[in-house]
Amino acid sequence: MDKIILAVVALDQTRVGGGAPIFYARDQEELEELAVLISRIFGAAVHDLHNDVYIIVKH
Amino acid sequence: MKYLPTLVIATLVGFLARLYMLRRDYRQYPSYPQGWAIHLFLGFIGGAIGAIIVPAILEGDFSAVSFLLLAASQFREVRNVERETLSSMEATEMVKRGTAYIEGIARVFEARNYLAIWVALSAAVASELLADIGWWRMAAGVLVGAVLAAVLVRLMQGDLIGDIASVELSEIKFEGALVVIEGTVMMNVGLPESRRVYEERALAASVRPKGPNAKATLANLGQMQAIAHDVSSMIGVYMDVGEQEFIPMVRRDPATGSLRVLMVPSERDEDAFLAAIRRVPVLEGAVRKPLTSYAGKMID
Repeated sequence: MDKIILAVVALDQTRVGGGAPIFYARDQEELEELAVLISRIFGAAVHDLHNDVYIIVKH
Repeated sequence: MKYLPTLVIATLVGFLARLYMLRRDYRQYPSYPQGWAIHLFLGFIGGAIGAIIVPAILEGDFSAVSFLLLAASQFREVRNVERETLSSMEATEMVKRGTAYIEGIARVFEARNYLAIWVALSAAVASELLADIGWWRMAAGVLVGAVLAAVLVRLMQGDLIGDIASVELSEIKFEGALVVIEGTVMMNVGLPESRRVYEERALAASVRPKGPNAKATLANLGQMQAIAHDVSSMIGVYMDVGEQEFIPMVRRDPATGSLRVLMVPSERDEDAFLAAIRRVPVLEGAVRKPLTSYAGKMID
């Protein structure tokens, strides 16, 4: 498998769970900022699941 | 040494044929000057082999001929060397060439040495057949070799994408985070900032195959990757290491067999973008001809 979810960034704690590291943000702005920071660390892409959840995926 | 003129001229013609076939273009492959030195020397060896075969046969020295043919088979190694070099350099490419493209390049380099041997052989044969006309035989050898080289190079030229498909600009639309081109979902761009870059700088095109053969050829993953690589090496990409959301994308529309190309070029020039896609070579290993099959004709 070559695609791996490195991290999940979310606003609502009830919408996410499971194995990947999860980062909770306080608001939309922090959500985006966290996603950018984490994606730049890993050199990975940010994908929007349209429910205030971003996943950071290494392709 | 009555064969000296033949040997000299045929070896030279074979060498020059190899030089003629080495082209320096946007790919910068073989690299200049070291890569060139390697291939020119191999071309020289090929030319010498092609040249020596004729006197060896005329002298009835068939063990020498066998050895020369054995030596010629060593050029197979060229393909392995090229493949290894390109594969090991793949990790340093921002946009990967892909294994199919590497295989294609390696094959071309192997084949060109054989062409040099053919050219040298033809020049040697011409020179020996016309041994009666004195030094003019060298001119005859050069002429025959040049004609054969020109013909072979023309025959070995593959198609370009522009020959098998029409390429047009397409509009880029966003559905939430999804980038959509003419109904084909390309990718999910999560960050609003990245989406802004796409809106401002990105270019998209549709590659519409001309007929079922072209459709089958374009469906090859290696061909799709080759388009992404070549277009980015021709017009440049707007991305840094690790910025995966800006990597050039080629996706296929299953309904029509068209390809959608999406990229963020370093300079936004629509004509250059389209011209670059049209000039991508069709990979030999990707070519499919379903129309030559019975079942393929039934569908069409």
